Amino acid sequence: MVCRWVPVKITLVEYDAGNLPSVERALARQDVQTVRAATPDAIEAAEALILPGVGHFGQLMRTLGARGLTAPLRQAISRGKPLLGICLGLQALFSASDEAPGDPGLGLFAGRVTALPATAKLPHMGWNQLRRVRESVLFEGVPAGAYFYFAHTYAALDAGEATVAICDHAAPFVAALAQDNLFAVQFHPEKSGDVGARVLANFVARAVSGESVKAERTTGKGTS
Amino acid sequence: MLARRIIPCLDTDGERVVKGVQFVNLRDAGDPAALAARYNREGADELVVLDITASRDHRTTFVQTIRRVAAELAIPLTAGGGISTVDQGRAVLRAGADKLTVNTAALRRPELLTELAAEFGSQAVVLAIDAKRADGHWEAFVRGGRDSTGQDALAWAREGVARGAGEILLTSMDRDGTRKGFDLPLTAAISRAVTVPVIASGGADSPSDFLDVFVEGCADAALAASIFHDAVQGLGELKRFLASRGVPIRLV
Repeated sequence: MVCRWVPVKITLVEYDAGNLPSVERALARQDVQTVRAATPDAIEAAEALILPGVGHFGQLMRTLGARGLTAPLRQAISRGKPLLGICLGLQALFSASDEAPGDPGLGLFAGRVTALPATAKLPHMGWNQLRRVRESVLFEGVPAGAYFYFAHTYAALDAGEATVAICDHAAPFVAALAQDNLFAVQFHPEKSGDVGARVLANFVARAVSGESVKAERTTGKGTS
Repeated sequence: MLARRIIPCLDTDGERVVKGVQFVNLRDAGDPAALAARYNREGADELVVLDITASRDHRTTFVQTIRRVAAELAIPLTAGGGISTVDQGRAVLRAGADKLTVNTAALRRPELLTELAAEFGSQAVVLAIDAKRADGHWEAFVRGGRDSTGQDALAWAREGVARGAGEILLTSMDRDGTRKGFDLPLTAAISRAVTVPVIASGGADSPSDFLDVFVEGCADAALAASIFHDAVQGLGELKRFLASRGVPIRLV
């Protein structure tokens, strides 16, 4: 007899400039069901959320605001629903960004998103490796030297204890973070081949297990 | 370390992959979705798909082609050919492309780059430049390399970046389809002139051509079409060669 868990449906937060179809396709390849959410009710009904992201910080925050999604998103996170932010979706978790100084972010992390220094070619575009600073379910089964696809100019330079992996392009920046039910990656897992698919699968598995997040907090440090 | 990228390119007539020498004598070279699936499997770092006919009647077909190609990929996709408005750009991105390339329309109306960057972000806007040597400099050509513009390619690259392009796709018209190697002086000149990544294109034949364009041409990425389609050059083999020579490369 085969025991199977009840599949979790992943809710993708819909706003106009997203990479949402790519994330949908990447999850569909893993037989993960997804649904798009563009209303407060749809966010409230979600079991697990992905905030995809391509575009402009200000445009993202204004669209979330105009659709009334900002408060429901914060609530969902505080209630413990798993959320994965991708690229701009990572940046949106911070309090503000130099890309749009007038538009506040979700404010779950105190830091400010800044432009990477112009000492290297920008945008930071292409495949880069990560330096993992602590264990996280996100990178289970992912080889240490794996390359991930990045396409961005702005980045969060510090997420404190939540930082899981650092990438370096002109400056070290947060490539992945995890804190309780909150996960985010600056790279595009949906565009990062097999290792990216693994990161998405790890998030989905975490969302399915509903495992207490204390595990995420108490895992060891110092794997760098 | 950011890896140097190897990018197969699918030149299409909107629906089928075609190939020709120096933009003429086109012949059929296969189904874009099938080739995309192959390159995704073999370790391509990105895929470019172009409608080189860029005709109005093919536009719907080309968007469908992008959708079919994107469905096969777990890597980034760049698409273009005949994009001249924000709405056309949106259709291409909605169909599954991550970036779009513009060429002729941007030279005719450079504001297009600013409009596209404001709407989709600079990381999604690739300025394609077809450059040809003329009187001691390189000139930008349009309409698939048919028309001269008199515009200096270096100056145009700088202006394009200032207006919002996040990447340059640089094709040497002198080398395209010749298999004589990339145009190293052109690539190095453009790469030094701009602050954004440069994709070198035109003339690739052997693995050492790729090594040269990364080392001497200072390219961030190298693009080729027919040598990959014909399996003259295996992607895995090429990437292992470059890695063995110290080029930062993503091996899969």
